[in-house]
Amino acid sequence: MSQNTLKRTPLYEEHVARKARMVPFAGYEMPVQYEGVKQEHLAVRNAAGLFDVSHMGELELEGDEAGAVIDSLITNDVSKLTDGRALYTCACNERGTIIDDLIVYRLRADKWLVVCNASNRETIVPHFMAAAQGRCSLEDASDRTALIALQGPKALAVAALAGADGGSLHELPSFALRDAELAGVECLVARTGYTGEDGVEIFCDAADAVALWRGLLEAGRELGIAPAGLAARDTLRLEARLSLYGNDIDDTTNPLEAGLAWTVKLGKAAFLGKDALLAIKAAGFNRKLVGFEMVGRGIARHGYPLLDASGTPIGVCTSGSPAPSLDKSIGLGYVTVGHDAIGTTIQVDCRGKAIEAVVVATPFYKRPI
Amino acid sequence: MSHDIKSDRVYTSDHEWAKTEGDAIVIGITAYAVQQLGDITLVNLDVAEGDTIEAGKPFGTVESVKTLADLFAPIAGTVVRVNKANLEERPELVNDDCYGAAWMVAIAPTDPACLEGLLDPEAYAVLLDGAH
Repeated sequence: MSQNTLKRTPLYEEHVARKARMVPFAGYEMPVQYEGVKQEHLAVRNAAGLFDVSHMGELELEGDEAGAVIDSLITNDVSKLTDGRALYTCACNERGTIIDDLIVYRLRADKWLVVCNASNRETIVPHFMAAAQGRCSLEDASDRTALIALQGPKALAVAALAGADGGSLHELPSFALRDAELAGVECLVARTGYTGEDGVEIFCDAADAVALWRGLLEAGRELGIAPAGLAARDTLRLEARLSLYGNDIDDTTNPLEAGLAWTVKLGKAAFLGKDALLAIKAAGFNRKLVGFEMVGRGIARHGYPLLDASGTPIGVCTSGSPAPSLDKSIGLGYVTVGHDAIGTTIQVDCRGKAIEAVVVATPFYKRPI
Repeated sequence: MSHDIKSDRVYTSDHEWAKTEGDAIVIGITAYAVQQLGDITLVNLDVAEGDTIEAGKPFGTVESVKTLADLFAPIAGTVVRVNKANLEERPELVNDDCYGAAWMVAIAPTDPACLEGLLDPEAYAVLLDGAH
């Protein structure tokens, strides 16, 4: 995609003014880093970080059947949700492979919000539109909605300083949401994130995004808040073993082999991909997504082959990076079942050099309670 | 725009520097390269003392959190020193002192005039201006 067709979020000017390095990502010009990925990563682990994730897609569904429409397209079960609660889910095709991973928010029984990956918006919107036809209304609200993630052990303290409503957000359970006013902006705040830390993700009108962004940075200044880019977002999510669509999961992988069986409710009514997933479960699958850490000197990267101890190919690395919080190098990858047990010695083919690694338990990083 | 460029050496379009020290030519990467890479987390030098090396051939890699960059030999010759132990132990040296302590290899050149084809500091500055 050429530079001049890239879209910009409402916060583009803020990033440029901070001299962020901007890169094309999912059709948007996004900040990959401001000061440095390590520094931003550690700010989120130790204090707070602020992410512009306005490129994510937001679908608003309204009507009595909206919940049922969503339920027919996802692997998780919306009947568990009450007003103001959300869940993480996969959406699969008829083959049971993953077309996107989503967060589904129930605002009211007849009003729902679905957040999809920016890279999948062009497939997810028509996919949901087709299912909604004649049953409920659906609007792609992505362009008029900004999304800012405030993450880290001091995230809620920052929110408390940004507005009176922020002070009560600590009462919001994980995966719950409510309206709040922060930095003078009307927002929808959800206790969710993609970093492995406590924190919130905040939706607001695109027109209010700059006021909210600046207000949160100002409120958090004394607490050590830092704006954080896509690079830190990636290392943070990898340490927390949160899947990245396009790397760890895609339409060639199914949720069962990807370690996302917990999002698949095969006991619920029919949904797209259910029959295929039932068949996969019955037949068993021959590969599994595992976490590993490097033993030898090397950094695993997306696409590097994985080998067993004797050098036979057993799979592929889907994500890999030095882990700034852990002082080691980690990765995720699919390996043939039989090589997936914790403690198994494997090797990563780092551009022709076989470097030793070991399968480890995940998440790699767990925040202190 | 001003750049961190040393006047006592020459440069390549791959953002490496080369500096004559006695009979050998010392090779490293430039401040611009370091800035583009970010936090350096791994340096692999795949040559040993006594190896012959061809111009344009990779001799190692520098990796940051997000990316990997190949190191290319700017000149042909025989490797006489490798800063291996230092850089493998402390890759962050590259961030701290890319023009000094974080030199990569020293090569005794096959052709004593080999540096003439590389970029002088002014030409390298022009190259960097074009990169912005």
